[in-house]
Amino acid sequence: MNPINEAELSEAIKSANEPLRIVGGGTRQTLGNAVNASTTLSTAGMTGITLLEPAALTLVVRAGTPLVDVQAALDAENLQLPFEPMTHNTLLNTSGRSTIGGVVACNISGSRRIQAGACRDSLIGVRMVDGAGNILKNGGRVMKNVTGYDLVKLMAGSFGTLGVMTELSFKLLPKPATQATVNLHGLNDADGINVLCRALGSPNDVTGVAFANGNAMIRIEGLLKSVDYRVGALKSLFAVHDITVDLNDTATWASIGNVEHLAPDDGAIWRVSVKPTDGPKLVQNLRDAHVTLNAVYDWGGGLIYLSLPDDLNLRDHMGGFGGHATLIRGNGGGAPKMQPQNKLVAGIEQGLRAKFDPRGILNTGIMG
Amino acid sequence: MQMPTPSATVLNKKSHIISRLLDVLPAASVISDPIQTRAYECDALTAYRCVPMLAVLPANTEQVSEVLKICFEEGVPVVPRGAGTSLAGGAMPTADCVILGVAKMNNVLETDYENRLIRVQSGRTNLSVSGAVEEDGFFYAPDPSSQLACAIAGNIGMNSGGAHCLKYGVTTNNLLGVTMVMMDGEVVEIGGGHLDASGLDLLGVICGSEGQLGVVTEATLRILHKPVAARPVLIAFDENEVAGACVADIIKAGVLPVAIEFMDRLCIETSENFAKAGYPDAEALLIVEVEGSEVEIEEQLSKIIAIAKRHNPVELRESKSEEESAKIWLGRKSAFGAIGQISDYMCLDGTIPVSELPYVLRRIGEIGREYGLRVGNVFHAGDGNMHPLILFDANKPGDLERCEEMGAEILRLCVQVGGCLTGEHGVGIEKRDLMFDQYTSTDIDAQLNVKDVFDPKWLLNAAKVFPLSATETRRAAS
Repeated sequence: MNPINEAELSEAIKSANEPLRIVGGGTRQTLGNAVNASTTLSTAGMTGITLLEPAALTLVVRAGTPLVDVQAALDAENLQLPFEPMTHNTLLNTSGRSTIGGVVACNISGSRRIQAGACRDSLIGVRMVDGAGNILKNGGRVMKNVTGYDLVKLMAGSFGTLGVMTELSFKLLPKPATQATVNLHGLNDADGINVLCRALGSPNDVTGVAFANGNAMIRIEGLLKSVDYRVGALKSLFAVHDITVDLNDTATWASIGNVEHLAPDDGAIWRVSVKPTDGPKLVQNLRDAHVTLNAVYDWGGGLIYLSLPDDLNLRDHMGGFGGHATLIRGNGGGAPKMQPQNKLVAGIEQGLRAKFDPRGILNTGIMG
Repeated sequence: MQMPTPSATVLNKKSHIISRLLDVLPAASVISDPIQTRAYECDALTAYRCVPMLAVLPANTEQVSEVLKICFEEGVPVVPRGAGTSLAGGAMPTADCVILGVAKMNNVLETDYENRLIRVQSGRTNLSVSGAVEEDGFFYAPDPSSQLACAIAGNIGMNSGGAHCLKYGVTTNNLLGVTMVMMDGEVVEIGGGHLDASGLDLLGVICGSEGQLGVVTEATLRILHKPVAARPVLIAFDENEVAGACVADIIKAGVLPVAIEFMDRLCIETSENFAKAGYPDAEALLIVEVEGSEVEIEEQLSKIIAIAKRHNPVELRESKSEEESAKIWLGRKSAFGAIGQISDYMCLDGTIPVSELPYVLRRIGEIGREYGLRVGNVFHAGDGNMHPLILFDANKPGDLERCEEMGAEILRLCVQVGGCLTGEHGVGIEKRDLMFDQYTSTDIDAQLNVKDVFDPKWLLNAAKVFPLSATETRRAAS
């Protein structure tokens, strides 16, 4: 099925008599648990920007629009999506073009999440078709809106299980004039994360804090003099370390965001969300258990991508740490890709899905 | 204000309910004396009042759970209450309800600077969250005007904003996790110290659900390091439209101030008479604030001032000291109180796309003249969240009704230009009956379905947010 507008999509869902797999650009099809559906419903036919208003920092765009097209349109106005979405093409070895609807459905956020919020924080409105074929909306195109329940957030990261999104509204940010990265070299994980936490706890408004290959990276963005000042402040904060500064090094941040460091590794890739200070402890526990691993930390240590032996279930080692682990690639000791919820939360989620998708036909089982 | 008929069944077993509540709460936490329950008859929307059947003041999550379990079993409606500062009637009781006040639950449970979070009981006031961490250089960013009094529980219920949300976002963007008691007494933990909880974003839908999905007893909040300094500039214009255009140009230029506040002539004059902040004689006034180190502040302000000068301001005043900064903010912060000194007023809260500011301001003026009521405008211009203040005389028969009609017309105007009914105060009872102006019945049904899942008996704050006609069947079924 390849509807080109909301009405066609509504008809397609109403007439469906079997489970549907929802597809945008097809770059993240293996994220989430397996979906047992032989019919594919594509959003790729619903494209185009319906409103881009620089003076209001607002974008309204149809869900099937490729992310690169959205970014090109924003570039032309010197604007950006605040949450810096990653692409999964490298990590998952896929060839399509990520769509903005797919980004929202999976709540994909990159390094700037730590300062500017996640995809769900920039999303201010959705139009969608639910599992019964009803066309509905929530939120709108203004950045402050508490009119009724915030189903906009609920839709972000719902992996298509509550409805198929057709149009999305975002709050935008101006593109920073300058970007600088302060690199601290030769650190172990614990010291590296300590550096990131101190940078985040300083008044320097850092917009990226990552650690990979013994290198702690701290990103500063803004007007030229301001960036210059804050780089100086960070250099004096960490004066005892081996420090270099890169200007406008967008490639390094793209490679961190897209987890390119781990893409060539064998075995399983896991994505872990924990309290930043728990990150290096979790990794140290694994090392102490003689597990072979590679780790890339983002979000000040709170987001860890790990490559691990394929027969290991990371969740068996998460005891004592809050947060959650998602299997992104590989077998992971046979673990379900999405972390199972406790009974109470699972019951609420099941209840919501039953309301939005009473026949249980939308990406059934993808979130567990 | 139409409210559901109180349940005779519930009222008839009042003494039985009291005795059950006394089994789980200390006597001082169960308030049944009609003189004492009167304290809970309204929130900050004082035009509407109703004394509740009972009020309870539990001290912790376990007690909240016990109370809700009893109310669930007995079929008693519950209205959660933070500090009672809602401007939308979010905490207004029904005659057959138990008010569940969280005021006793105000402890800090954990501060963690490395991970930049604080965990508090939900009755803690907004400002005292910052107060708990400010000596160490941190603060909690959302800053509603009522922050001295309002509770985090209410902030979460209404997804409260504030003057500085252009940069820092509103409550939902600063909330990491909650402990919430469901209506049946079950305690659920959502989120925590990590970012982006797994599964569906339940935290996102709980925040802003106006106490209809559960009672939040504890919250994990993001804290930030305070900026080195902040400095406002005051820019005055002889036309509202020009001020609106200046706001648009500042935003387009790629400078993102932490706040852009707008006041029109009525508000400028009234707050000047009241607070003596030294405001100029002008049609419109902007306060634009930037943050950072000295270098950063100067760099940003020079850009903003250059933009402002292109719009020929009648006055442009850059603060040179802490005292001058305080004075620039004094008039703005006194605006509501100053208007309250000269008249009764109703405060609206619609949001519009920033680009529609000049048109909407003009239309509000016209609508005011049609209704014969004065209206002042003071609001967060950077994000389009307007607060028209309609002046009326509560002692004059028919004036309140006329004011409400006029308010509804302004809110419909906000929706027509692409905005919404409420930007940060919430729907409560105040805007309940306008919901169909913004949403179709299908849109509303989707929201009601969410409540069905969390509160299948429709006992929690059930007469709010949605038109009574839309919820009637569900409430009756319970």
